[in-house]
Amino acid sequence: MIEIQNVHKSFGQLEVLKGIDLTVSKGEVVTVIGGSGSGKSTLLTCINGLEPINSGKILVDGVEVHAKSTNVNALRQKIGIVFQQWNAFPHLTVIENVILAPRKVLGMGKAEAEAIAEKQLRHVGLGDKLTTYPSRLSGGQQQRMAIARALAMSPDYMLFDEVTSALDPQLVGEVLETLKMLAEEGMTMICVTHEMGFARDVSNRVAYFHKGIMAEIGAPAQLFGDPQHPETRSFLASVR
Amino acid sequence: MFDYTFQWNQALARLPRMLDGAVVTLEVAVLSMLIGIVFAMILTLMRLSDSRPLKAIAATWIEIARNTPALLQIYMAHFGVASFGIHFSPFTSLLIGITFNNAGYLAENFRGALKAIPDTQARAGRSLGMSSLQSFRYIIVPQMLRISFLPMTNQMVWAVLMTSLGVTVGMNTDLYGVTQDLNALTFRTFELFAIAAVIFYIITKIITLGARLIASRLFRY
Repeated sequence: MIEIQNVHKSFGQLEVLKGIDLTVSKGEVVTVIGGSGSGKSTLLTCINGLEPINSGKILVDGVEVHAKSTNVNALRQKIGIVFQQWNAFPHLTVIENVILAPRKVLGMGKAEAEAIAEKQLRHVGLGDKLTTYPSRLSGGQQQRMAIARALAMSPDYMLFDEVTSALDPQLVGEVLETLKMLAEEGMTMICVTHEMGFARDVSNRVAYFHKGIMAEIGAPAQLFGDPQHPETRSFLASVR
Repeated sequence: MFDYTFQWNQALARLPRMLDGAVVTLEVAVLSMLIGIVFAMILTLMRLSDSRPLKAIAATWIEIARNTPALLQIYMAHFGVASFGIHFSPFTSLLIGITFNNAGYLAENFRGALKAIPDTQARAGRSLGMSSLQSFRYIIVPQMLRISFLPMTNQMVWAVLMTSLGVTVGMNTDLYGVTQDLNALTFRTFELFAIAAVIFYIITKIITLGARLIASRLFRY
């Protein structure tokens, strides 16, 4: 379970998260929508401790992410994150990209790591690209590789930060299909996205962020069908 | 006016000794590069650290190495430190001087290479649970070495040529030192130094071509 309790976060003078409360249970898929600068991506990087927070608490399975005593490297093994920019490691082949962390962080043997990597890469449809370098892959393929790379650490949670925003339109579908598949398999996920169709079809709950505040959260049918907050209404009207 | 008689045979007869010298030259250059790369790496890390003294030490090293003559650096490593009662052999002094110079230049190259690697690479490593040292070692360094490979080749060539400055601290076993000794012995100045020039040229050419071959094998991405 991920528990976010009254989290505030500022970059200098700019307060980007103004008291966020959100609890995500095991197996749940929560999508976060909202305009740019609403703080939704920042929240994800705070959840896995890549960004410090100013006040409040984030607990993952009861462990406080930003506590000094927390081993954040160990914690991150539980929380996979995939970014808008897929960040393939260009000097490594597809399979080497995927086995790096299992080998160096989990201390796995080469054969075992490769078996897991191959399984994950097949899972995301890259079984025939194992020894290819990322530069030879399309954006969509690189993004799927990044997903497999995160999955190879067998995380309990996956965070997706606008993973389709940097892709050519015709490549968005293949990545969304991969996310859908993960959701159906019961992965606990928080997805920041601009894909309203995806948010509607896949999530258990949709949260609307506006200027650092979670203005509204609810089941997709409710949030899209009968938005309560005026800001949600005008946002949804603008993206349709 | 032009009454110099070339006596190539006399000079060529000394070729084996010169080739022995070339081996020493190569030895100094290779060692100074290997140690230089290690120090350059340390200097780069010191620059990236949050400690002001470490940053200052690294910056000073790099500034001196890049903005004073290599000859001065080698001279200091021999006669300079001798003022404090520290005595190194000519070989050691030459090695220290060139290594100091290499490390300074390479650290600057590494810095440029680091800047070319997006921050998000290390971040991606961290997000997979790697420590900062692990992401530096496995994600940043390999990319850094590729970007700075050509400048490193240049520095290696430069290191070979810098060995000639060893004569100023009494080095006489390297190619240049041997040539100078032979010159004093035979006075076949033009012939001997022309041969030395050819040997230097061949060494550096092999280095550049070899580096190109290694690069094509190593960096297939």
